[in-house]
Amino acid sequence: MIDNTLAYWGILKKDMRNYYLKPPNISWGIIFPVSWTLMFYLRSEQAVDIRAILPGVMALSILFGTTSMLSVTITFERKSRSFERLLLSPISLNLLMLAKTTGAIVFGIINAFIPVLFASFMIDLSGIHWGILSLAVLFIAITSTFLGLFIAVSVNEVFEAQTFSNFFRFPMMFLCGLFIPIGNLPAIIRPLSYILPLTYGSDLLRFSVNSEASIPVAANLLVLVLFSGLLFFLSTHNIKKRWIY
Amino acid sequence: MHIIEARNLVKNFGDFQAVKGIDFFVEQGEIFGFLGPNGAGKTTTINMLTGLARPSEGTITIAGLDGVRNIKKVQGIIGIVPDESNLYDDMGGFENLVFCASLYGMKKRKREQRAHELLAQFSLDDTGNRPFKAYSKGMKRKLTIAAGIIHEPRILFLDEPTTGIDVESARQIRQLIATLNEQGTTIFLTTHYIEDAERLCDRIGFIVGGSVVKVSTVQALLTEAQQEHVLQFWLEASGTHLQSELLDAFPMVSMSPESDHTISLRSKVPMDLMPFMHFFDARNIKVREARLVRPSLEEVFVKITGIELARLKKEKEGRK
Repeated sequence: MIDNTLAYWGILKKDMRNYYLKPPNISWGIIFPVSWTLMFYLRSEQAVDIRAILPGVMALSILFGTTSMLSVTITFERKSRSFERLLLSPISLNLLMLAKTTGAIVFGIINAFIPVLFASFMIDLSGIHWGILSLAVLFIAITSTFLGLFIAVSVNEVFEAQTFSNFFRFPMMFLCGLFIPIGNLPAIIRPLSYILPLTYGSDLLRFSVNSEASIPVAANLLVLVLFSGLLFFLSTHNIKKRWIY
Repeated sequence: MHIIEARNLVKNFGDFQAVKGIDFFVEQGEIFGFLGPNGAGKTTTINMLTGLARPSEGTITIAGLDGVRNIKKVQGIIGIVPDESNLYDDMGGFENLVFCASLYGMKKRKREQRAHELLAQFSLDDTGNRPFKAYSKGMKRKLTIAAGIIHEPRILFLDEPTTGIDVESARQIRQLIATLNEQGTTIFLTTHYIEDAERLCDRIGFIVGGSVVKVSTVQALLTEAQQEHVLQFWLEASGTHLQSELLDAFPMVSMSPESDHTISLRSKVPMDLMPFMHFFDARNIKVREARLVRPSLEEVFVKITGIELARLKKEKEGRK
């Protein structure tokens, strides 16, 4: 019997070293939240409220970090045929995909806490519900990573992965309530917000940082779990259909 | 004992049938060559045997296991070396091998020890820390083979192991394949280098248009080919227009023009050179060179597949 734990750690370690801990990605993890904060600062006519924008910057850092990295790395490995090596190994497809996504989940979590670290030098962070914040970050990272996985297994080329990612990311950015409260959106668009996982993640983050929420915490978590399960199922189904033809 | 057995194996891609109900087996401990022109269904068959494709119909049994239902168990006892080196460019040779070993659940000490052993066996021990992308083609090929056998598989699938590499590396790889086989590994080899197949394989299966058209031992194939006598002539002028005259004069031969100035004459009975020399002389056609050809496996391949090997080699090497 194959020791699956060793295979899992092997893949995770290889991905961390080959992709996530590369200097350009580390610097990207820092530059990205700084750019977002700066963007909010420039568009604001008065002093920017760091605490108010913190959930948004955290959510976008996770979303962009995970989807970009995973969709590109998997498409790249698929192009170079090294992904074939993994598919031909004696570990189950589910475990293989969990190993491939764990690195991106960790990368997303680290990306989320970089803005928190910056904010801690500028504002008082007391009153934050750290437990809920951690859960929110974890579940947003998992859902976004699985979204990246779904994108990766639906395309053939690296550039397609980027284009397809934006197809999901940009509507999510504007419709999930981060920039414009969902209540202020036109009634016809509002239902769309509720089929986007980031809506529930950002609601959780807003609750944990600013104690404002429109959906109960448990419901937000449950919806994120359901989104994660669905995206993972669709991704592995797609792999079986397209790559193990 | 049959270590691989394929029965009525079919693979459909929509309306197109890539593999048309093939049957064959591989004996434990043998080197089985699987030959055929491009698009014949070789890769699809290998993909079905190794778990990268699901058969539309038929059964696969590998080492007594159902090769479709128990594919993950099967993958634990087989090694696969694809036609392109697919290791990780930024990782060193040693690191690549250790990673591949981890996929088979090998413990740290064991995988490091095995990686060192293989680097030494493949004469790559001096370059173990060099990134894979800095390796030469021959070195990449050797490391890819080493990665395929890191877990000491019972069966090794080798797809075009010597294509596109230098002569010395190809020689070393052939030697390694023979050594592995001597140590008990069953080898399933695809190659378009008929010399490799002739030198290495015990038996050969030919696949053409999705069907296995012949499976036989190399010796039997050669004996069969050598039943035919072939005379080859290089002429100073074009000889293609002489076909009907030649066949009238020598009814026991068949003629195949190979180029404008080269013709091959085949017969089931031994042929004497002189009557043909007189024939050309009488028509004022100078013969530059004439020789009796001993039919090789290459002739068998051409006869069975209808594909000229030179064209096949060109296509394959152009792809690399």
